[in-house]
Parts: sequence; C-alpha cells; structure tokens
Amino acid sequence: MPRREVFQDQPRLKRLFRKRLAVIVFFVLILALILLGRLFYLQVLQHPYYKTLSQDNSISLVPTPPTRGLIYDRNGVILAENLPAYSLEITPDKVKNLSKTITALGSIISLSDEDKSLFYKELRRKRSFDQLPIKMKLTPLEVAKFSVNRYRFPGVHIVAGLIRHYPFANDLVSVLGYVGRINERDLKTVDESNYAATNYIGKVGIEKYFENVLHGTVGYRQIEIDASGREVRTLSHTPAIAGNDIYLTIDSGLQEAALSAMKGDRGALVAIQPSSGQVLAMVSTPAYDPNLFVRGISTKDYQALHDSKEQPLFNRAIRGQFPFASTIKVFLALELLNGNFTTADYTIFDPGYYRINKHSRIFHDEAKHGFVDLEKAIEVSCDTYFYIMSLKMGITPIDNILTKFGFGQYTHIQMNEELPGLVATPKWKMKTQRERWYPGDTLNSSIGQGSMLTTPLRLASATATLSERGVRYQPTLLLRQVTPNSEVLNSPSVKVGTIKLKASAWQHVINGMIKVIKGKHGTAWRFGRDASYSVAAKTGTAQVYSLRGQKYVLANVPLHLRDNSMFIAFARVKNPKIAIAVAIQNKPNAPVVARKVLDYYLLKQQHLSLADKEKIPAHMQHSTFTFEKMALGGLNAG
Amino acid sequence: MQDSNFLQRLNSQRKQQRKGIWQFLHLDPQLLIALTMIIAFGLVIFTSASNDNHAMVYAQVSRIILAVVFMFVAAQISPSKYRVWIPWIYAIGILLLVIVLLVGHTGKGAQRWLGAGIFRFQPSELMKIAVPMMVAWFLGEKELPPKFSSLLISALLIIVPALLIAKQPDLGTALMIIFSGVGVILFAGMSWRLIGLLFALILLTMPILWFFMHAYQHNRVLTFLNPNRDPLGSGYHIIQSKIAIGSGGFFGKGWFNGTQSHLDFLPEHSTDFIFSVLGEEFGFFGALVLLILYLFVVGRSFRIAFSASDSFTRLMAASLALTFFLSVFVNIGMVSGILPVVGLPLPLVSYGGTSIVTLLTGFGILMSIHTHKSMLKGYL
Repeated sequence: MPRREVFQDQPRLKRLFRKRLAVIVFFVLILALILLGRLFYLQVLQHPYYKTLSQDNSISLVPTPPTRGLIYDRNGVILAENLPAYSLEITPDKVKNLSKTITALGSIISLSDEDKSLFYKELRRKRSFDQLPIKMKLTPLEVAKFSVNRYRFPGVHIVAGLIRHYPFANDLVSVLGYVGRINERDLKTVDESNYAATNYIGKVGIEKYFENVLHGTVGYRQIEIDASGREVRTLSHTPAIAGNDIYLTIDSGLQEAALSAMKGDRGALVAIQPSSGQVLAMVSTPAYDPNLFVRGISTKDYQALHDSKEQPLFNRAIRGQFPFASTIKVFLALELLNGNFTTADYTIFDPGYYRINKHSRIFHDEAKHGFVDLEKAIEVSCDTYFYIMSLKMGITPIDNILTKFGFGQYTHIQMNEELPGLVATPKWKMKTQRERWYPGDTLNSSIGQGSMLTTPLRLASATATLSERGVRYQPTLLLRQVTPNSEVLNSPSVKVGTIKLKASAWQHVINGMIKVIKGKHGTAWRFGRDASYSVAAKTGTAQVYSLRGQKYVLANVPLHLRDNSMFIAFARVKNPKIAIAVAIQNKPNAPVVARKVLDYYLLKQQHLSLADKEKIPAHMQHSTFTFEKMALGGLNAG
Repeated sequence: MQDSNFLQRLNSQRKQQRKGIWQFLHLDPQLLIALTMIIAFGLVIFTSASNDNHAMVYAQVSRIILAVVFMFVAAQISPSKYRVWIPWIYAIGILLLVIVLLVGHTGKGAQRWLGAGIFRFQPSELMKIAVPMMVAWFLGEKELPPKFSSLLISALLIIVPALLIAKQPDLGTALMIIFSGVGVILFAGMSWRLIGLLFALILLTMPILWFFMHAYQHNRVLTFLNPNRDPLGSGYHIIQSKIAIGSGGFFGKGWFNGTQSHLDFLPEHSTDFIFSVLGEEFGFFGALVLLILYLFVVGRSFRIAFSASDSFTRLMAASLALTFFLSVFVNIGMVSGILPVVGLPLPLVSYGGTSIVTLLTGFGILMSIHTHKSMLKGYL
C-alpha cells in the first residue's frame, strides 16, 4: 500500500508522547487506587456484614419436630399414641402454578376447603422453599393414587410423619381432648421457635393443659443449601427432645364401663378416689371421636357436631353447671348438726307441703312423709324437713358450708375449660338481679332448686371430701410424668385442707346416706339394696321446668323439659375407695348408672386392659338386664 | 577501581548476553514472567470457579497454549510488517462483524460468535486490539498533534466497528473499543480543550443513547444505580458478587471453599464474575496480588511504548497497554459494584478463548516492538 510520506519532527513527537504518557499513567494509577480502595472497603471494612449475608445465603436451619409425649391411664393402658402417617406436602418454590397444582391435586385426592385455607395461611408464615402440608393423614388409597400421578406434580411430596391417635376414640375425649392442626392463634400462645416444625397442638383437655409438657423441644439441623435451596450437606445437628409421657389417674376400664352405662343418655359422671383426689373416671355423654379433629375435621362434620342438640362438644363433667337438686341436702344436714341448729333426733311432721306463713305460697314435697328426723330426712329426701330447718338457720350458714366444700370455686383440675358453679348469696343476688334475698330463695336453695349450681366434677370432689369426713384433696388427673430419660416425676396428691366438723355430724349424715340405699324408704333402695358392698348415697331430681302445681307425669313432658337426675355416692362406707357424682339430663337414670359403675369398680377389681375388652359386654349385659328391670318398677327419686 | 570497572563490564556483558537470547527469541522476559504468573494464578482460580470441571479446565489450558503460540508468532513479526497488515486486519475484522450480524451464532441473547466447535470465535474480541492498532497506524504517519480532519477520520475508524458491535448487541465491548480508540488519540496529543469538548458532547448525547438502548441495558444501568431495585432479578448478579467478594475478608475462605460460587449463588462464576471467586476464596490479599501483577504488565507495556522508536509503534504499544488496563478496570469495577454490569471478561483469567488469544497476540506485538527496535538500532 503506497503511503504519503509526512515530515515528522521525531524528538518533538517523542516529547509530546511522553508528556501524554505521564498523564495517562497518572490516571491509570488513580483508577487502580479506586479499585483497591473499593476492594478494601468490601473485604476489610464491610467484611463482617457480607460474611453474615453469605452465611444467610448458604446456611439454613431446618427444625426437626419432637415426638409428642404419650398418654397412659393409671394402669399403663395407652390412651394417646403416635402412629406413622403419610401427609402430602408442597414446596411452593418448586411449583410453577400453585393454584393450578392444588386444583389438579384435588381431582385425585379430596381436599377440603379447610385443608386449602390452612395451607394458604401457612404459606404466608413460612418461606417459599419450606415444605408445607396440604393434607395430613392420607389413606393408603390416596397414597397409591398420588404415587401413580407423581410425575405430574413436581414440588409435591408424600412425607412420612407421626400423627396422634386415640385408640379409645369416643371413650376418653372428655378427659384427653384432642390435638389439631396448629393455627396462628395457637402460635401466639407458645414459643413460636419451638413449634417451627410442629403441625399439631393440643386444642382442649389434657392435650391442651399439658401442651408444654407433651410437646418437647424442637431440634435443629444446620444444613448447607445451594442457590436453588437444595440441601448439600448437614453441618451440625441438635436432636429434638421428645415430650414427657403422662400417666393419668384415669382408670380406662372404669371410664369405658361408665360410658357404656350412660349410652343414650346426656349427662356426666365423675369418679374420684377419696383418699387422694385422683379422678378415676370423667365422662361426658354423648361423646365424639377426637381422631376426626386430628385429621382435620371437615366443615360438614364439624357443623354437625357443633349444631347437634345433644351438644357432644360440651364437656358436661367440667362445664356443665347443674342445679344440685336434693344432693345439696347432705351438706346442709352437716351444717345443721355442726351449728347446733338442730339435733339428730329432733323430729318434725311433714304433711306433704310447707308454708312459710299463712299468706305464703305452698312449697310442695314429693310425698307425705309424716314424722321425720335428720337421718330419715336424708333417706326419704324430705323437702319439708329442709324447708323448716333452712329457715331456722338462714342462708349464710348454708353458703358457708357449701363454700367450705369448695362449691362455687374452680377445682383447678388440669383442664382449662372448667367452670366454677355457683354458691348463691344475698350479695350475689343483689349484684346480679338487683333484688334482695327472700326467705323463699332460702327454701328453694335448701332443696337444691334455687340458683345454686355445681359441676359434676365439683360434686364428686365434695362427695369424696364427705366420705373422708372432711379431708379435702385437690382433684387431679395427673399421676406421674416420665421424661424421655425415663426419669419418673410423681405427682403426689395435694391436701387442700380439712373441714373440721363434729364427729357426730359426719356420722349422722353418713348414716342417712346409707339408708338411702339400704333403708326401706330409701330413695335409691331399688337400685342399691342388693349391693354386696356398703354404699352411702344421695339422690336428686332437678326440675328443668316448673309445672306450677301440675302433677308431673313423665310421658306428658317433652324430652328436653323432663327432670334431670343427680346422684352422689361413695363406697365402701368404711375405707372409701370411690366417690362418684352423676348427672343425667332429662332422664331419671343417674342411680342406675352409678350402680353399674360402682359394681364395676368394686366387684371387678382386676382392671380390664384393652386386650380383655371383649369380656366386658357379657358382664355388663348381665347387670344391665337386672337394673333395667328394676328401673321399670318406677322412679320416685327426690 | 579497576576491579569494579571490570566487574561492571562483566555484568553488562552478561546482561548483554542474556538480553541476546531474549532478543533472538524476540521475547520480553519481564512481560513473559508476569503474564505467566497471571495465567497460572488465573488457572488456579478457574479450576475452583469451574468446580473442578476437568473438561472446562482442559479447554481453557488448550486455549492458553494456542494463545501462547499466537503470542510467540506475533513477537517474531517485525513492526514494519504490522504496518502493512494492520489495514487488512482491520478490514477483515469489519467484514467479520458484518457477517456475524448476518449469520452469527446466538448466545445469551446476542449474536457474537462465528464458526463452530473449537473454531468458534468472537470477531468483536479481535476488534479490541485491531481498532486501536488501526488508529495508531493512521495517526502514526500524521503530523501530531492530529489535525481536525485526522481526528474525524480516526473517529470514523472507531465508531464504525463500535456501532456494528453495539448492534449485536454487546454494549460493553463497543464501549471498550471506543475507550481504547480514544486512548490512541489521547496519546497522539489531541488537545485537552477538544477532549473536554468531546466529554461534554458525550454527556449531552447520553439521553439519546438511552433512547437507543435495549430494555435489558436500561435494566443494567438502573440496577447499577440501585442493585436492590430488583434483588432477585437484574440486581441479583451484583448483590451476590459483592457478597462473594466481601465475605472473603482479608485472606479469603480458601481455595474451593467459596460458598457463593460453589453453591451457585454467584452467577457466571467462571466467566465474567470470576474475580468474585478470587475475592471470596483468596480475599483482599489475593486480589491485591493479581492487581499488582496486572499493574506490572501495564507498567512494563508503557515502558515499551516509552522507549519505542517511532510514532506508530509508540501509539500502538501504549494503546494496547491502555486497552488491557481498561479491561481489567471495567471488569473488577463491574463485579465490585462501582461500574454497571456490562459483561466483559477478566483479562487472561475468565473462561473464553478469543479474548485470551487476542490479548496474548497483543502482548506478542508489544514484545515485537520492543525487540525489533533494538535490532534496527544496531543496524542504523
């Protein structure tokens, strides 16, 4: 290529170039210093900040759920266990179209609206690469169905886990309660970090009360993850610590016997060991299957339970506040003798009714009992006797003796749902009804028809105290705990105090209660006369609806307005082993139920384990037959 | 006195002898050693960055060997030959760029490659040295400082390939070519007043440039201004890169211990973002060592330019050195978050054949300038 020659002044060009070079070298050095400064800033000054960010990127803590503690009865029969189960879980991060995927899943596995809404709630709480359950406890068929279609659902997995199971189903729900899927409200009540991997939480009953004992401590695996969230390796592992196992004071055999005795009834029964306060049985009927709630109950099933007139979800044993009916009389009788308002041999005449004065309304008695002393008044449940005596002593001593037995107060048993009952006082009446206390209120209270209310649990506890002649024990459901290290934490019985009354007062009242069963006119003579053990008891019939002087004819009254029957008893009289309180709504069955339960406990001392369950019906059938026949003879409990 | 005189003479004689061997091979030992160290260090980093992917390491080594051969050959050719060839090389480069735009392979949304398999190469990389050499060739024969007409022609020589490359689209390389071409003009002695004027003009045309940019380029610039604007999208690269570098600390996490790169948080960790791997695994200390090696190479190249015998070789040598430094600066500045992400490799370290071959060929030309000059002197 020919080129035009240009004259170049070489030394001048060289000088010009070298000047320029100096400037450029200067710029290069400045730029190099800028880079160096930047690197120094990032790597030395800001190093701690970026180090944390780097660790946040690559190190992840994966919580591992602790195994929930098991629940046993007093004889070591398992009441709540953990069974392996499969759940369907979704990693939202790895699913392209979440709502489409869930719809598609719904076509092979039935997903309830609740499953979906719980999933979306969780979704907001967790990070998108966490695995979230959409359906717990898949049936084997569902597992198979999903496995065949698995290729259609990237990011959806079947995960094996443990799920709570109650082998006794309905029988123990009134004690155990149940666990259910954890929700945001539950999380506010616990240490959220400890529940990072937990899907279930105790919702009611023992499961709720002992939640912090049963749950255990969450474990953590520190893992290294890559940018796509895949686990690369485990860096360290802190194993989860299982919850404590709990042994309840409940005798599952007795509980089952009570439930079958109360089949078809709406009511409650509580049985307590008087010498310790340990609750042997606590029943509320009708019962329901807690396992439904574990799986995540369908809205339809829940509505059915919730709206049922039978109110299965209502735990009558601790929340049912029943009028005492005549069971209140034994406590009044104690105060009558102890406070010298009367003597045991003082006799009144009962014409079958009572009037406070000439102008007063008539207070009816069930029958004309004639001449009645204290023991007979208990035996025949003479209302007139207690009308006269209660007027004599006034309301304050009545309130005092009831309060001494703990009525109107929480028992503080290990159930959060408990209600206290009520001891009505003039002060209470003024406060709630803005009305003063009339003598008629005292009369009504004296036969347990007024405003006085008790739960079956409190009534059973008071009966136990009575049987122990004033020694009060705290009712308890907890026998002992066993830690994962097999350390046994016994839960000793707690003595609340002693009600100090005259020995003769205890004796006469208990005599009266024995006569209820054994006496010729005893109100429970029909049910208890042939018992091979000694029993002290008191019946009660609470009016649900005032007939205003009309004669009460069972068949004429609608079912829900029929009288409630109440029954308290303890046996044996010397060295009492069991004290019970029974309340049956709108049916006179309480004494029948009580007899069956006492028979089971005192005669079949060997407590049946689950394996022997088959033997129960034969035995129960026999006794049911005899008692039913007796019941047909008529009821006149008052 | 005589002894020391003798020693001095002996010393210079020995130097002469040693120089003689390098002179014969047309190589510059200082440049050679520094480049070897950079390449060796680069391979160490690359092995980790590729996650010990043997196929990739072998591919990289074979490219380096090819590039070294190119460097040796380039060093043997005297500058007078380049003077003849440069316009042709430049013309062929332009032609290839046009062909790339018509039939090139598409990679990552841009048409940059020609050929197939091992012969796949990026003409734009070739232009990184062809353009400054062409401008040096053009201005080397002119009276300096250049006249306005010469400046206009030089600008045309720069802008035509830059536009072709920007059309691929590869804005980073286009800008690099503009910088290195303008560098030559700077060395040629363009008046500072004119430079200031040009700078103002560029600032004024920025909004117009913005108008012509692709959406992804808009994103890059916006992301550069605020990486947290879209931390999982376009800001992700720079955020993760800064975490990688910053978490390295002073001495780094150690070879193969970088979590950012090995767990795939850091994207493009064997190509454009390989410096972040170095920063994470070898820390500030490692980065300092590499930077010093780069600066030594740049300094040595400027030294060669300083002592070059004529205008053409001076401008060529200086512009090659400046292009090399700017490549280093833009890449490190980009991965450390002081410049926008423009997708330029780290010279001699990043995965990619064309870049290494072009760069080492450039250093071969520098060695040629240095070694042929002295020979000429001897003849004169």
